[in-house]
Amino acid sequence: MESTKLRDAAWVVLAGIVLMFVAPLVLNYYTLTLLVIYGLLALSLGLIWGFGGILCFGQAVFYGLGAYAYAVSAANIGESTMPMLIAIAVPFVFAFLLGAMMFYGRLTDVYLGVITLVVTLIFFRFMNTTAGPEYQIGTARLGGYNGMPGYQTLNVPGDPSAYIYDSSLYYVCFVILLVVYVLVRLLLASPFGRIAVAIRENESRVELMGYDARFRKSVLFAIGGGIAGLAGALYASWAEIVTPGLFSLGQSAEIIIWCIVGGLGTLVGPVLGAAALGYLKFALGQQTAVDNVLIMGLILVVVVLVLPRGVVPSLMSAFGSSSRRNRPNAVRRGRRGRGRADG
Amino acid sequence: MRFGAGGGAGGAPMADVVLETRGLTMRFGGVTAVDNVSFKLRRNELRCLIGPNGAGKTTFFRCLTGILKPTSGEVFIDDVETTGWDPQFVARLGIGIKTQVPSVMDGLSVRENIWLSAYRQAGTKEADRTTADVIERLGLGDIARATVGRLAHGERQRVELGIVIAARPWLVLLDEPAAGMTGEEVERMVAIIHEINRDAALIIVEHDMQFIRSIAAQITVFSQGAILMEGTVDAVMSDARVRDVYLGKRG
Amino acid sequence: MDLAAVFILEILYSIAVLVLISAGLAVVFGMMRVINLAHGEFMMMGGYATIVAVQAGVNVYIAMLIVAPLVVGIIGLIVERLVIRFLYGRLVDTMLATWGLSLAFTGAAVMIFGNTTTGVSTPIAGFTLGAYQINGYNFFIIIVSILLLVAAYAILRGTRLGLVARGTMQSADMAAALGYSPDRVYMSTFFVGSALAGLAGGVLAPLVGLVPTWGSAYIAKAFITVISGGASIVLGLLSSATVFGLVSQTFTFLSGPVIGEVALLVAAIILLRLLPQGITGRFFKGRL
Repeated sequence: MESTKLRDAAWVVLAGIVLMFVAPLVLNYYTLTLLVIYGLLALSLGLIWGFGGILCFGQAVFYGLGAYAYAVSAANIGESTMPMLIAIAVPFVFAFLLGAMMFYGRLTDVYLGVITLVVTLIFFRFMNTTAGPEYQIGTARLGGYNGMPGYQTLNVPGDPSAYIYDSSLYYVCFVILLVVYVLVRLLLASPFGRIAVAIRENESRVELMGYDARFRKSVLFAIGGGIAGLAGALYASWAEIVTPGLFSLGQSAEIIIWCIVGGLGTLVGPVLGAAALGYLKFALGQQTAVDNVLIMGLILVVVVLVLPRGVVPSLMSAFGSSSRRNRPNAVRRGRRGRGRADG
Repeated sequence: MRFGAGGGAGGAPMADVVLETRGLTMRFGGVTAVDNVSFKLRRNELRCLIGPNGAGKTTFFRCLTGILKPTSGEVFIDDVETTGWDPQFVARLGIGIKTQVPSVMDGLSVRENIWLSAYRQAGTKEADRTTADVIERLGLGDIARATVGRLAHGERQRVELGIVIAARPWLVLLDEPAAGMTGEEVERMVAIIHEINRDAALIIVEHDMQFIRSIAAQITVFSQGAILMEGTVDAVMSDARVRDVYLGKRG
Repeated sequence: MDLAAVFILEILYSIAVLVLISAGLAVVFGMMRVINLAHGEFMMMGGYATIVAVQAGVNVYIAMLIVAPLVVGIIGLIVERLVIRFLYGRLVDTMLATWGLSLAFTGAAVMIFGNTTTGVSTPIAGFTLGAYQINGYNFFIIIVSILLLVAAYAILRGTRLGLVARGTMQSADMAAALGYSPDRVYMSTFFVGSALAGLAGGVLAPLVGLVPTWGSAYIAKAFITVISGGASIVLGLLSSATVFGLVSQTFTFLSGPVIGEVALLVAAIILLRLLPQGITGRFFKGRL
């Protein structure tokens, strides 16, 4: 079964490569790059929520941390290779600590939701207050609600003057997305990934087998945080400014909507969901008749009501042959039943 | 091929008494569910815990496995004090645990369920081998690729047993393994239990006297949180006190 | 001396605000195990209802104490029929759907009222205490909150309605056993919860400049107050509002409002980590 999944992954990568070259015929590089970054960000939540069963309302924290970590270190260091690594490491470590704090406390579902949401808010509030000169890391001023511009953007490793931007930034981001996708697929096919899915299915059974579910969940959470951080760093390089808005609740909500619409329990679903909805937002931004937040909200409501499993899994089971591989009952957002939150 | 001791993480037990409790007590609020129980299990012993509902046998069981933390008293497994340990650490000593409600991974296949258990203390290769063994042993071959969530109750019970023995435990704790099974399934369960018992000691919490008779175990009778008596099936069945508290009530 | 009085008043005021903004959410969570993440937007709509009513010439007290709860209650009723009732028992899905609703309401408010700030003036004049300026309206909010808690307690304790409500909190079947259809109970509960959100929005509206995103400033506070309080509506609300009010005011006093806010959020995380069943799940089990 794992080998069929890996074979599917090869097809996905192939389709991805084709798409990478076709997409620029339709849309400009600048917008496409952002859609790819969104895809990477959605993938990070799709991994921890869809496969790890960890409900995180604050994925934006790791995204924002990655972006700020990149911006601050790039402003200090210059050359972008080290800042990229820092931008993965900082959210990875932070996610691990946050995850360990929650999972060792046996918090689940709604409490994970509350805590991750609250952490998002703390960062958002705090970053907005960092306008003053006292908030300075090395040569980088955080800049409060105005954000922080003026740092070295992505360059060819070793050559700070060879900037990667526009079309090349697009291709770099897309290749990174494909590589991360393959790595995550391999992770899920490995014993670690299989145990992670088993924990989603039945945590107490996995513990009765003698595995340390809490530690493993923390690690998975950290991996998701690291991927989100990478997306944040690429965003920072694309936007050339980082602002507290990266930590906003709206940002967190969008990531969740991408995953829900695309479909949990798959990796392709969230990525496509992010790209499609990101494009929709872009298209809606061109007009003023309808507010795009209204549309996003309605989409979330309708999908939860009508397509609770998301678009991609529903399509997959509609095309019979793959339905065997895609088990509908494997896709759970959290504990069902009239579950008392304290139960 | 055999289950049980051998590659176990904790290895085979050294002591003669493999499990012991001293003055184990569990209180919930004002209710004492387990009251000062001292209990011993010898190597390769097969022991059934019986008693009426609310006698405390499942609570006692949960204190052994670490699912509940006892209020006072101690638990020793193979001379190691495990009082208050989390289930994962108890399991790592080489203890296989099956809880009352089938606890399986519903979204995964039967093979996957068993493999994950075998994998913890073996490599990938050996886990593959063990999994194939267990599947054949338990007659799960036909449904090995099926998603566990879609199986019937009896099949799920068997899958959970597969999970337990795939870890090659030297001590197995089963809470009502025959509950909700058909006659044929119960027979198969009895055979499996004897098979396990060749290399491992067992503690089985069970209601069904017929089942207990057919596995011919030593019995510990619980009543009101304490041990009423211990003995063979016949000794227990002929004891007037036991009949009063347990068998009598059940007609 | 004046400083101490002001400080105590500020603490009481911030506890009262927390009670006020959380009451509706607490009712819905306590009775239905539904977390309404659109709660903040319900408050926002209550605020707009008040302002529109006042601009139409309605007395300000009638606008915020009657018009706002009524309007928002009816909106809540519609939301319950169209969305929530399909999701009972699915805690996470209701959170997601109501989050979607909150975005939709914000967007709708932007389209109707624009991204500009509107407001009404405070109907009660301020006064000075020693060297300090006191906002008279704060007393009004404290009194409204006290009345709210007393009323909730009295209704739950002393009326047949309260009995049904308490039964439903224990188990949904209880309401059915008492002869009430759970569907109706849930519907009325959501109406009451929404109306309370509308009341909170109406009462707070004179204190702030209202913008469509106003609700999002409150949802997190209301959310953590309710979850930290635990299963008991009245005691839970009061105890967690007291803890958070004290913490946030103390830190505000020491180092400014943003730090006060952050301290409140950090306190929430610590509290949830230590008492995952909320304060009342630990200390006041089974009370109201």
